[in-house]
Amino acid sequence: MNTTVLDRAASPPGRGALTGDDGRDGQATFVTLTVADQLCGIPVLGVRDILGAQAITRIPLAAREIAGSLNLRGRIVTAIDLRRRLGLPDAAPGSVPMSVVAEQGGELYALLVDQVSEVMTLREAAFESNPPTLPPQWSEFSAGIYRLQDRLLVVLDVARLLALGPAPHGRT
Amino acid sequence: MDDLLADFLTETGESLAELDTALVRLERTPDDEQTLSLIFRLVHTIKGTCGFLGLPRLERVAHAAENVLGRVRDKQLSVTPEAITTILAALDCIKAILGALAATAKEPAGDDSVLIAALAATAEGRTPEAAAPQAEKAPAAEASTASPPAAELPAAELPAAELPAPGSPTAEQPVMAGPAPGNLAAAGPPGQTPPIELPAAEAPASEAPAGPQTIRVGVEVLEDLMTLVSELVLTRNQLLQLARMHEAQNNDASGFTVPLQRLSHITSDLQEGVMKTRMQPIGNAWQKLPRLVRDLARDVDKRIELVMRGADTELDRQVLELIKDPLTHMVRNSGDHGLERPEVRRAAGKPETGRITLNAYHEGGHIIIEVADDGTGLHVDRIRAKILSKGLATEGELAAMSSADIQRFIFHAGFSTAAQVTAVSGRGVGMDVVKTNIEKIGGTIDLKSEPGRGTTFTIKIPLTLAIVSALIVAAGGERFAIPQISVVELVRARLAADPQDSTTPLVEHIRGTPVLRLRDRLLPLVNLTDLLALHSEPADQPAQDERAAQGGQTERSVHVVVAQVGAALLGIVVDRVFDTEEIVVKPVAPILRHITMFSGNTILGDGSVIMILDPNGIARATGVAGGDSRGDGPKTDTATQAGRTKASTAMLLFRAGDAAPKAVPLGLVARLEDLPRDRIELSAGQPVTQYRGRLMPLVPFSGVIDPTAERHAVLVFTDGEGGAERCMGLLVDEIIDVVDDRLNIELSGERPGLLGTAVIAGRATDVIDIGYWLTQASQDWFRAPERERGPGAGLPHILVVEDSSFFRHLLVPTLTAAGYRVTAASDAAEALRLREDGTMFDAVVSDIEMPGLDGRALVREIRAGGPWAHLPVIALTSLASPESVEAGRAAGFTDYVTKFEREALLASLQQCLSAPVA
Repeated sequence: MNTTVLDRAASPPGRGALTGDDGRDGQATFVTLTVADQLCGIPVLGVRDILGAQAITRIPLAAREIAGSLNLRGRIVTAIDLRRRLGLPDAAPGSVPMSVVAEQGGELYALLVDQVSEVMTLREAAFESNPPTLPPQWSEFSAGIYRLQDRLLVVLDVARLLALGPAPHGRT
Repeated sequence: MDDLLADFLTETGESLAELDTALVRLERTPDDEQTLSLIFRLVHTIKGTCGFLGLPRLERVAHAAENVLGRVRDKQLSVTPEAITTILAALDCIKAILGALAATAKEPAGDDSVLIAALAATAEGRTPEAAAPQAEKAPAAEASTASPPAAELPAAELPAAELPAPGSPTAEQPVMAGPAPGNLAAAGPPGQTPPIELPAAEAPASEAPAGPQTIRVGVEVLEDLMTLVSELVLTRNQLLQLARMHEAQNNDASGFTVPLQRLSHITSDLQEGVMKTRMQPIGNAWQKLPRLVRDLARDVDKRIELVMRGADTELDRQVLELIKDPLTHMVRNSGDHGLERPEVRRAAGKPETGRITLNAYHEGGHIIIEVADDGTGLHVDRIRAKILSKGLATEGELAAMSSADIQRFIFHAGFSTAAQVTAVSGRGVGMDVVKTNIEKIGGTIDLKSEPGRGTTFTIKIPLTLAIVSALIVAAGGERFAIPQISVVELVRARLAADPQDSTTPLVEHIRGTPVLRLRDRLLPLVNLTDLLALHSEPADQPAQDERAAQGGQTERSVHVVVAQVGAALLGIVVDRVFDTEEIVVKPVAPILRHITMFSGNTILGDGSVIMILDPNGIARATGVAGGDSRGDGPKTDTATQAGRTKASTAMLLFRAGDAAPKAVPLGLVARLEDLPRDRIELSAGQPVTQYRGRLMPLVPFSGVIDPTAERHAVLVFTDGEGGAERCMGLLVDEIIDVVDDRLNIELSGERPGLLGTAVIAGRATDVIDIGYWLTQASQDWFRAPERERGPGAGLPHILVVEDSSFFRHLLVPTLTAAGYRVTAASDAAEALRLREDGTMFDAVVSDIEMPGLDGRALVREIRAGGPWAHLPVIALTSLASPESVEAGRAAGFTDYVTKFEREALLASLQQCLSAPVA
């Protein structure tokens, strides 16, 4: 069943606390995660839930990137395999993905990632737009890069990640 | 009480409550135009509705009040407390009358002339002082009428029927203290009348039958409730399952059992109750129709009577919303296309006024809605012409269809039969949209039409969409839900023949396509595992592995879910069938909506997510129903089942020569071979191969054999049997696919070896002429090996009567290749001319459905006498139902063979021809 390992973002008060000064003082808060050893961030405001291992029902005939659907407290959430979405090789067999649940157009989507790490507040000064040499599969979904002390963080554009298939943004 | 009246009371009650507040506001801010126009509009509405409902007394009072307000609005009268008081008095009078109406459903008798006079005086701008006392008298004169409402509830919208004694003040809101007779004159500045304790209040409350017992609730509230209840049902199911598991493990009933059962019952009751709140009479969806029909009749100059039956049949409001438009469209269609003009009707001996009948009733968990007209009925000929001109089917296919089948073409996209495109209908987006909308809510639609008698459309829809009963099945290690509404039955079938088990039906294959003999019909099958491509990935959940393993135990037998798709049946092959569960249908995420195989998803009792299969989508995807509910009506379903599946033809697609795909009816191909290059030898300059112990001539389609190719794909055509088998191989570049498609050939015949071009699987495809290639293989191909008796004349001579040139083109080479001399006739008349000319045949093979004289008439004519009277006559048809076979035999046919069953035809001919000889 559902094992919510990190449910801080789920309840509205918690969310408010986490985002505290978001947008002010030139700071922004992100949920950070790793996918194929790359550190990525998703704006915390867009994150509804963080889940551990889930029973995922395969959806036949769906796009490769769609891992299936899962039950989040009575709501059906479509799971998207972030590795496949980013054109990365599949995770090693046996590894258990975690999910970051985001909302888009009233629907919930779970992004399957290797590991969810922490919530970070970053200064705008450390932000840079995508370097032009970024490979297309990354530049399509990256909203920009943060320079951290020891590594780089790619800000994922959730809306674009979820623009799969014909429906959501009129893409066909 | 009359529904209309009840609605009126509820609505007017609301308006009056609003009016009271608004009037008081107006008194304070006389220049507030918005409030003024609101008041005017409310009073005007009340007046209008009263007139409509035939409530003269109410209307007169409201009218007088409206006059005053009208003048105020037109700035001819200023807002004075006195004027407001007078109007309030009028409102109270209205409330009192409404109260009596609610109690007795009749307008109470009484005289309001004094009040009306007061209002008139106010309207004319005379001193309100004069008017007010008059107004005061009015209520006083009829205590029961003009007293204020029982107002112990500030929010009470309706006055209690029995009124408090005159003089008891209203407690509604102090500021708008009612014009109780005693203090009317004092009701000057608002706010002065103190709220007074209301000793008499309880009495009216207890006595009052209290108006219509309804409240208005926002639809969203109900929707939310429904969602919550749905979730509750799911949680209940989950709990029950857990309890069952717990019990099974511990082998004793836990303390949970009783409260759980109680919870279960309450949940069920709650679910039912909430469902009820969503139920609305279907009449609500019909409300606009009388007006629509009236306007339509005027526009198209017809006389139309609309009869509505079963308007109180209730169904879920969501369903109601969804069928509203389709129904409107159908009624419009019936009026526009179905019914004739009065003069035409008179000439046909029918009453001048055409009738459209709407009928709704419950039938086993479904609602049946019929839309019937007594008009001309559907013109089969016109539809047929339209089908041909639109290229929706070929002549040959049409010939094989019953008129009911042809009529159902009106459900095809882009089909409109109105000769004239009118403003009303005929935009060509008619019935197909109706059908799609109805299928969207899990319903079906069918029609019955009799020339000159009219057309009846029958819609079958589920009572509700929110919770449906579904059958849970497993295929390829995954579970799926199939809505129970479309499940007709469950059948177990064997995959392989088993001598010990002769009762279980066997899955048979026609050229690789699985079918099942179900009683006396042939059921097309789709394998869910194949259809959903479930082989590809191994199940990665332990639970799924377990399920797959369980499925594996029964691998020699499968379960077939027989599903109703439109009027047709489809067998869905699954590995396992679990039980049924009540599920809450949730729409799939937008990024999955393009997968038409699923109608939604849901969460099962064990908490797992499961996809809900849409049999209509499956049928469309597999081409079983071709997207429309062809097949015959429910009663003759059996008859057309076979015919329907034949409407599309299995075609082998291959590539040879140029890039354009080529096609050949799969039925004509005996085998497919893949020959390595070194097996191709040359014999007297012709390529041959050793094939099953003899030499088989090979013909390269492109004219030359590609020397570089390692292997060659070969289509093998054979005839004869056993040792006498002859074969020929056609070398092609690549076998592409086998597809089931309608063969819609446009004959060109300009290139040798090609019959023409057809659109198959969405591409222009050349259909090859087998006869040509057979002669290419060997000039003597058509000379059967057993023809030792001498050339030509010794061969059995067959007459083929077939109106479709395409079938003629297929039959002639097939029969010729089988060693017969063949003469073809394109219709019965031509065949009979041959008889008159004295041509003799050994057998006749005739199509059934032909223009002019059909096959049955032809055989009767043949049997009637003359040289052909004793010839075997074989019927060739796509309608091989037991009934039609019987009818055919009665007409004189020797045998009945389904089109494209080459083997069956040859066997039948052999049998027919050997019988007289022996």
